[in-house]
Amino acid sequence: MRLTHLFFLLIFFVFSNCKEQNSYLTKIEGKHIVITDSLTKNKEVEDFIKPFREHINNDLDSILAYSPKICSKSDGELNTAIGNFMADAVYSESNPIFKSRTGNNIDMVLLNHGGIRAVLPKGNITKRQAYEIMPFENNVVVVALKGKQIDALLNYLKNKKKAHPISQLKLTLDQSYNIKEATIKGKLIKKDKTYYVATSDYLYGGNDGMYFFKPNDGLYVLDYKIRNAIIDKFNKLDTINPMIDDRFIQIK
Amino acid sequence: MKRREFIQQASVGTTLITLGGVGLQSFTSAPSKKITILHTNDVHSHIDAFGPNDGRNSNKGGIARRASLIENIRKENPNTLLLDAGDIFQGTPYFNYYGGKLEFKLMSMLKYDAATIGNHDFDNGIDGLFAQLPHAKFQFLSANYDFSNTIMDTHTKPYNVFIKDGIKIGVFGLGIKLEGLVDKAMYKETKYLDPIEISQDMTRILKTEEQCDLIICLSHLGYNYKQNPDKISDLKLAAATKNIDLIIGGHTHTFLSKPTVIKNSEGKNVLVNQVGCYGINLGKIDFYFDSKKNKSANGKSIII
Ligand SMILES: [Zn+2]
Repeated sequence: MRLTHLFFLLIFFVFSNCKEQNSYLTKIEGKHIVITDSLTKNKEVEDFIKPFREHINNDLDSILAYSPKICSKSDGELNTAIGNFMADAVYSESNPIFKSRTGNNIDMVLLNHGGIRAVLPKGNITKRQAYEIMPFENNVVVVALKGKQIDALLNYLKNKKKAHPISQLKLTLDQSYNIKEATIKGKLIKKDKTYYVATSDYLYGGNDGMYFFKPNDGLYVLDYKIRNAIIDKFNKLDTINPMIDDRFIQIK
Repeated sequence: MKRREFIQQASVGTTLITLGGVGLQSFTSAPSKKITILHTNDVHSHIDAFGPNDGRNSNKGGIARRASLIENIRKENPNTLLLDAGDIFQGTPYFNYYGGKLEFKLMSMLKYDAATIGNHDFDNGIDGLFAQLPHAKFQFLSANYDFSNTIMDTHTKPYNVFIKDGIKIGVFGLGIKLEGLVDKAMYKETKYLDPIEISQDMTRILKTEEQCDLIICLSHLGYNYKQNPDKISDLKLAAATKNIDLIIGGHTHTFLSKPTVIKNSEGKNVLVNQVGCYGINLGKIDFYFDSKKNKSANGKSIII
């Protein structure tokens, strides 16, 4: 009984105190503390992370292929070896999935130059490189576009003058960056034909200014990550030796 | 019956006197109180420290070290809040393999009190964020994302009031405009509301209704956009609002050498702070309170 009363009174008192008298901010001190190796590791936290780290490292560091040279997205003008590798991997690895689901073939691939996030290094190639090159969880989507809409895609490429990775499309620009010739799988583009364009869900969403994917004649979500296409390609090849070629060039 | 009542009354009387004495004492010489605010932003799944060959980040960061640092600070001052300004996800294979589960579990182990939502926290879609919520023992604060037509509805709060040593600390969250930054398929029906208007609502509620002693904005708007001066940023927000004491920022991965002091719309000082990214730094802001009114009449001092 007495204790209960005391408790209530305490609350009453504390509250009345607060009403009568607020706390006043008198001083602020701010600083940044760098997390350096002089700090000891919290053992509980470290022990929790350890099995996850080991699992990831074992998985990431098993050797899948070999690369005789460094490939960077800055080597090459309108097409790069690493970009060609990625776009070709998306084509060769996604097409069987698309074909089995729809009976159609992918006609071309378009990715974005900014989506290449690291170099393909020289030496042993592991899954870790695939994560570094493509850290995002983007999925392959296939968009059905009429030849007329492919024109908008080509205009985008010629206007940006950037080595956005492509596969199966060949685009040649003249000296003043006008389209000299454009082919898909070696054939001229027909206005009324439907083309199946593989890209990432990110770009399909209109990102990087790629607004030409909408409207369209159909969208197919493959539930297949671009990174997994790269990893599957690494697995199939002993030596990865992509080249800069003539798929997207300017005649000077 | 009557006897019992009497005893009760007597006991009340005694207690009152005793407490009254204590109360009076506290009126005349109340000890000053210290609230410590610790914060991170844009940790981007950097659970492990950087290795020795990572340039200027070499050997820095690592959540196990951050944990022991925070533990020591809490030992020194238990009246500590630990906050994160978003972009918890994306940046290392930990996120790719486990979808953010480890990040949330570890932040819970470190006893984070609250976080706001960054654009990269939508990287596995709003469903991917929702799926990891059971692993987070801290609150998600977002005042300007309207999640009512999404799966996140009711799983975030616009603000929360924390009470430490009797000091009421109001914390509200702000997120960046998602359109053009995050694929719509990821954020779905999340609606972005104007940060300045929302902040005016929040500060009114926290100051007037909740009677907070300290108001903190946890923001993923970005520090400042020199190239794009019309874009809302922490510096613009600080100048355009009132009653905010501290803006803890993120998104722009800005390594400030010290917190920035900005005059708000009433000419009062606001602290804007951000600690870069990847868990390399921990921000620490100590607020000292006094119950004597005369001190505050001279204004507060800021030591940075
Ligand atoms: Zn970020």
